Amino acid sequence: MATDTQLDLWEVFIQGRNGSHHMHAGSVHASDKKMALQNARDIYTRRGEGSSIWVVPANSIVASNPDDADMFFDPADDKVYRHPTFYVMPEGAKQI
Amino acid sequence: MANIHELKYTYSLRMADNAWILSHRLSEWCSNGPFLEEDLALTNIALDLIGRAQAFYNYAAELEGKGRTADDLAYRRNERQYYNNLLVEMPNGNFADTIARQLYMSVYEYYFFMSLQNSKDETFAALAAKTLKEVKYHMAHAADWTVRLGDGTEESHEKMQQAINNLWMYTGELFEADETDTALIAQGLGVDNPSLHSLWETHIKNVLEEAKLSLPAANYMQTGGRKGVHTEHLGHMLGEMQYLQRAYPDAKW
Repeated sequence: MATDTQLDLWEVFIQGRNGSHHMHAGSVHASDKKMALQNARDIYTRRGEGSSIWVVPANSIVASNPDDADMFFDPADDKVYRHPTFYVMPEGAKQI
Repeated sequence: MANIHELKYTYSLRMADNAWILSHRLSEWCSNGPFLEEDLALTNIALDLIGRAQAFYNYAAELEGKGRTADDLAYRRNERQYYNNLLVEMPNGNFADTIARQLYMSVYEYYFFMSLQNSKDETFAALAAKTLKEVKYHMAHAADWTVRLGDGTEESHEKMQQAINNLWMYTGELFEADETDTALIAQGLGVDNPSLHSLWETHIKNVLEEAKLSLPAANYMQTGGRKGVHTEHLGHMLGEMQYLQRAYPDAKW
């Protein structure tokens, strides 16, 4: 069986500018935290895309199971009243 | 005695040559890196260096005032007319060799450009401030890898120590000051290279200690780059680097 010769996998989150939230940008391979951060910087922010980077070991992320999709997500499909669209927007508020 | 324009021209050219030759060396890693992310990291540093070389070549061309362009200076000179330090023309070798070269050079550049920021020449000072941001990153990249390899496996430790030892003889030249340096230092325009030596050595020593590597013993130091006297490696490199401009002068995309 072929062994994986790659280093550990890290997920990369980039904040575009101060105040906005960190968005998932992709992943990098690295053997430690510093290398993960530097590799993420070199791959995802070379063209001025970011002002802050988070890197997270991919195996630290707890993901939902696709098999649970009907239980997790389907019940939300027919509950339009959960959207705050039945309110009248106060004058002057750009978004709620 | 050369006039101030000529002195600054030489000075700018030397800084450009150091950046240019090192950038070419690093670009040789493109598609040959140990893994994809590191391939990008090295070529990214090469691109920083190209930007720096271009800025200093432009300034040199302007100071010279003979209508030569940055490209002319980069591609149309012969080996003896390049004034880079010997360290930057050293072949990439294995990955540890490249990291040792990066460590020695980027730590030197860190102190050099820290000092050049205070130059009375506004262009030198502004370019130094811009360069410093990039150099800090290059230095962190090199130091982190030195520690990883030095304090890694038995084999990586041995290769890193070997690389540190092999390149040591090319570091002495970085701290020399010739007539050009002395004249510019006297006018507050250039960097007092010899005064950077102890700062550099302490910094290197600390990184090597953390990496469980030892500082090479004082030894014979090779010199000559600033006079245009190079190792056998530069000519071969220029042959490849200048091929296109020599074969098809002024070729356009």
